[in-house]
Amino acid sequence: MIRLEHVTRIHNEGRPNAVVAVNDVSLEIPKERVTVLRGPSGSGKTTLLTLIGCLARPTQGRIWLDDELISALPERFMTEVRRRTFGFIFQRFNLIRGLSALENVMLPAYPTGESHAALKARAAALLERFGLKARMHEKSELLSGGEAQRVAIARALINDPAWIIADEPTASLDTALVDQFIEEMRALKKAGKSIIITSHDPRIWQADVVDRIVTMQDGHILSVEDVSARERAEEKEQNA
Amino acid sequence: MRRVTVAMLMLGFGLAALGLESMHARFSEARHDAARAETARLVRDLGLTDLALFTEARYVRHISQADLFTPFQDAPVSFEHFPSGTLVAPPAHLGRHAGALSARPIERNSP
Amino acid sequence: MRRWLSRQAHLIDFTLGALLRRKGRNLMMLAVYTLIIFMLASVTFLGSALRFEAKAALNYAPEVTVQNLIMGRHALSPPDWVKKLSRIRGARNIHGRLWGYFYDQAVGANYTLMVPPPRARDLAVNLGEVIIGHAIADLRKVRQGGYLFLLSPSGKLFKLKVIRILPEDSALLSADLVLISETDYRAFFNLTPEDGYTDIALTVRNSNEIPTVVNKITRILPTARVITREDILRTYENVFSWREGIVLAMLATALVAFAIFAFDKASGLSAEERREIGILKAVGWETSDVIAMKLWEGGLISAFAFIFGAAAAYAHVFLFDASLLAPVLKGWAVLYPDFSLTPVVDRLQLITLAFITIIPFTIATLVPVWKAAITDPDIVMR
Ligand SMILES: Nc1ncnc2c1ncn2[C@@H]1O[C@H](COP(=O)(O)OP(=O)(O)OP(=O)(O)O)[C@@H](O)[C@H]1O
Ligand SMILES: [Mg+2]
Repeated sequence: MIRLEHVTRIHNEGRPNAVVAVNDVSLEIPKERVTVLRGPSGSGKTTLLTLIGCLARPTQGRIWLDDELISALPERFMTEVRRRTFGFIFQRFNLIRGLSALENVMLPAYPTGESHAALKARAAALLERFGLKARMHEKSELLSGGEAQRVAIARALINDPAWIIADEPTASLDTALVDQFIEEMRALKKAGKSIIITSHDPRIWQADVVDRIVTMQDGHILSVEDVSARERAEEKEQNA
Repeated sequence: MRRVTVAMLMLGFGLAALGLESMHARFSEARHDAARAETARLVRDLGLTDLALFTEARYVRHISQADLFTPFQDAPVSFEHFPSGTLVAPPAHLGRHAGALSARPIERNSP
Repeated sequence: MRRWLSRQAHLIDFTLGALLRRKGRNLMMLAVYTLIIFMLASVTFLGSALRFEAKAALNYAPEVTVQNLIMGRHALSPPDWVKKLSRIRGARNIHGRLWGYFYDQAVGANYTLMVPPPRARDLAVNLGEVIIGHAIADLRKVRQGGYLFLLSPSGKLFKLKVIRILPEDSALLSADLVLISETDYRAFFNLTPEDGYTDIALTVRNSNEIPTVVNKITRILPTARVITREDILRTYENVFSWREGIVLAMLATALVAFAIFAFDKASGLSAEERREIGILKAVGWETSDVIAMKLWEGGLISAFAFIFGAAAAYAHVFLFDASLLAPVLKGWAVLYPDFSLTPVVDRLQLITLAFITIIPFTIATLVPVWKAAITDPDIVMR
């Protein structure tokens, strides 16, 4: 579980262009569930994700990962936690140009010093699982949108993180690919991963794989909805 | 092959070439020793004072013997006419002030 | 250790992959860099080899040479100077030398004409005979036993029998020598015995006494200029030192090239590269990994350029007799010694060269990265 206590993040603090992107947010994100952050543009979703994923530090407040206070760790340990715990899927996938799909997947494991052969085997197995066996030596910029998305997911999984963090993963995808993404999230959830997704996309929040929807506005949390509970309740009603 | 392997092989190849060259240096010493001994005898017998590397002007043919003014035939700061003149420093006896770059007039020109 | 190695290998893999994205540009840069090192190393090797040869040979130069100066010009030494000098205690083998220059209009070359001293028994020449340096033999296409024709400055034609050609191995010191007898020499240049000598050479029994002897000479012959073997050796120590024209010019060129590289690198961290560093940090690379990766980039490029540049320079100078630099050494001269140099490499100079090339380049790659690497990785989300 990830727990946020009165977390505030101010960009450009102390300067005239300071922006309070996340304002006094307290929130719990359950394990092994799919949580979606939604809200209008500029409401602070991405900023909140960077705080959770140890990409940035809160200006105020604390963030706990299970029982570990991760918001106060020194830089090195924060990197370590990030590498061990979180897998990122970025909005534009952020694959590295010039490197093959395989190398892009291997990238997050480079600092561990794992042997090349072992790492390559793992990355290849992951890509094979996503149906990319034939494309794994292709340069990343030559992949199609759907392939790039799957490579990005494989890259997020290479260090076997407990948490997957995805920022607007479907912003540029057509419906078929969105469905594919949802299916992959479902499989990951089944495999015991905890997933956090930000999205404007109704196709995501309406997906039945989603367990909890957090709605944000102006850096605040407006509401936290437990979708799965609601559905289960509805089901019970129907059965009765 | 991995890129790192290729790079290391290439560097290794370069280092091996350097290694071979240092062996070449070691082994050609003997041959050159003989040539040097012969040259040394010639120098002693004839009383040679300079290398015959540049033959285009007397102050570069006999760098050590040229009189104090020859390197500055036209003016102390004149540009060199002969390419070799830019390769040699003024003779040591011109003193510290006669650096190729300082091009200052000689202040003290007797040994 | 194993892990460390594997990690570094991964970083190198990555950095090479990134470099290969702009293959043409980066290969071009590497080629220029290698070329610069090749040129600088060639000049360095040639310089130190020439200094070495000069030192080895000129260690046997006359211990003291006495010149007459008139109005600041080198003039003939009067014959009575030999007698005056022989009064100095410690001075031995005092002997008036005859040497001078001759411009051979037939081929446009300058020769050094010289009378071999009496002690050079191997090189004794009789009237009508000549011993010539290797380069002259080549230029005039004469062989031992053939005849060398020289038109003296006063218009007399001299027909001299070539009794010997000086060995090619000594060409660096003897390429342009023409050794003739004293009688021929004086006739050639219209000199009478009363005109004296070109200069006077002498030896000193005990080298500690040289300063004393020099002092005495300047006292007895106030207009004389005294050149010691030390002076000669010191003069040649400075040949091709880094301050000399060509070396300096190349150094300046190299520095300008480096400045361009460095500027390109320092300002060249594009938004894309910045973003990439953000991605790497976001997916779990530490700041130190990013910096190590960039260090490898600069280090590998410089190591490659240095190793190949230096290896090629060695081959150029010692296997191909510095043939690319020959036109520079040759200048306008027609005679050029056909020398082959003892491969001596001045390690200190090589290390200096490595330092002035590798370190600035590596730092130039590193500085902008340092700035980017310490920024927060959350830029990838923007
Ligand atoms: N690095 C930054 N520096 C300054 N301001 C920032 C920075 N990042 C975000 N902001 C500002 O913080 C606010 C929240 O931004 P954030 O990206 O978290 O919103 P978002 O909900 O993800 O929006 P979108 O739906 O458009 O992605 C915005 O007003 C944004 O302009
Ligand atoms: Mg966003």
